[in-house]
Amino acid sequence: MLDLDFQLQRGEFRLQARLQLPTRGVTALFGRSGSGKTTLLRCLAGLERIEDGYLKFNSQVWQQGRYFVPLHQRPLGYVFQEASLFPHLSVRKNLLYGYQRTAKSERKLHPEEVTRLLGLEALLDHWPAQLSGGQRQRVALGRSLLTSPRLLLMDEPLASLDTTSKAEILPFLERLKEELEIPIIYVSHALEEVTRLADHLVVLDQGRVLAQGPLQELLTHPELPFTQTQEASSVLEAQVREADAGEGMTALEVEGQTLLISRCGLNEGQKTRVRLLARDVVLALKPPEAISLLNCLETRIVDIQSDPNPSQLLVRLQMGQQTLLARVSRRSVQRLPLGPGMKTFALIKGVAVD
Amino acid sequence: MLLAPSDLTALGVTLKLAVTSTFFLLLLSMPLAWWLAQSQSRFKVLVEALVALPLVLPPTVMGFYLLVLLGPKGALGGLLESLGIGHLAFTFTGLVLGSMLFSLPFVVQPLQNAFAAAGGRVLEAAASLRASPLDRFFTVVLPLSRRGLLTACVLSFAHTLGEFGMLLMIGGNIPGRTQVASIAIYDHVEAMDYAAAHQLSLVLVAASFILLMLVFALNRRFQGVNLA
Repeated sequence: MLDLDFQLQRGEFRLQARLQLPTRGVTALFGRSGSGKTTLLRCLAGLERIEDGYLKFNSQVWQQGRYFVPLHQRPLGYVFQEASLFPHLSVRKNLLYGYQRTAKSERKLHPEEVTRLLGLEALLDHWPAQLSGGQRQRVALGRSLLTSPRLLLMDEPLASLDTTSKAEILPFLERLKEELEIPIIYVSHALEEVTRLADHLVVLDQGRVLAQGPLQELLTHPELPFTQTQEASSVLEAQVREADAGEGMTALEVEGQTLLISRCGLNEGQKTRVRLLARDVVLALKPPEAISLLNCLETRIVDIQSDPNPSQLLVRLQMGQQTLLARVSRRSVQRLPLGPGMKTFALIKGVAVD
Repeated sequence: MLLAPSDLTALGVTLKLAVTSTFFLLLLSMPLAWWLAQSQSRFKVLVEALVALPLVLPPTVMGFYLLVLLGPKGALGGLLESLGIGHLAFTFTGLVLGSMLFSLPFVVQPLQNAFAAAGGRVLEAAASLRASPLDRFFTVVLPLSRRGLLTACVLSFAHTLGEFGMLLMIGGNIPGRTQVASIAIYDHVEAMDYAAAHQLSLVLVAASFILLMLVFALNRRFQGVNLA
């Protein structure tokens, strides 16, 4: 548990945070630029000093009053937006810099393992200046992992990369999350990254915590900005039931129901996430026949909320433990009619697999 | 070309002075430059102005005040005298102090610029990799500042080779102890011995040239490594 309650003033900007964050899985600090998410992360690291309040990590006090543990004594890793590799050291020496400074008894991750996990074998004798942006960020990540951190802080690690490099790094981050049990705090303003990686979400706005909670819950929360855009979406946790379900499809299982997607290299039993845009979900009161759509999920309506577009409404649907969103016209809601508690069939027009 | 023994001695004193004062000046300037590069203290402006003062003062003025300060009746010289160490006017130690003061801005400023450039994100990264402040200074800041360090060394060294007025003030002109090459050349010219003045001057020109060549070659190599 990362427990904090503090405030900080930097010129006009004031950050006020009171949070208890889980120290497992990925927690995303999400917000627009200037919302204070990077400042908050820097406070956690000890790169900024909080003025008033405290910061504790698993009952270990990192800062309280005048007591302050400097960054080099906190068991955490920090990945910056720019890789910030040491330009005078080779990739190998960059990777080993923190490893050599970590007590032998605390080393849980070792160079061979990390090098393999991040695919750095061929780069060890290169200089930082010879690497691409994505490669540099992988080295920076490896360098941090080799201090065997008990908490990994990442400040928009993909923001300064082009689309290709992003696509190159994201799978590594997902592997990291699955294979290593290091809690990650991830700062981002990109919703796709957050929906792919995060389990827990903290939404910041103008230096204040707007909301925090499990990703699914916050994404579909009617009062949060996520549902107020054209991109309103929900995320479903799924498991691969059949990697090859014939005709180029993979069958996923979500809350006991089946979701078919195009094959994309997933293996049997693997856990994955699918993202459904609210505008891609169609509602029906009876399961339709003779229709080209493949996916029809049985759900129950939780509530119906207004939408930024006055002709539309946003319907929250419950499916087992999970929630999804559908954007339907006001006219349809009145004509069918749809109301809370009703059983409905959600027809899925498109699925984005992460 | 054969130098007279007295000229060789003067060259020896010059070399010893340049090496000694550069060495001690670096020791003094590194923490000072680091502080100046990092500090947001309001005294910073004051310290910066003081450090830059030798750039604008005539060397004879500095030499004069140092002579007064270090002499038997001066504040520092008197104190040392009463401690039984002896005052520093017309001594080699006095010369070293003088040339350190004289070269201070030439060492502090390149170091300060280099340290400022080497700081920032990379240092924060080093801290997140468990490096203590001192560790960060030696493994990150210094290696990244080697060009600035080299510039500082050369400026201090070359500056001491060429200094005249201040050294004459504090050191007097005692052959074998405080007579440096530039003063010896002046003596030769005074004595109308142009041949001897030529010889010693040529040695200084050649030595300076070779030194600068070495520096530029080294600098190129450093640059090569950084960009590699």
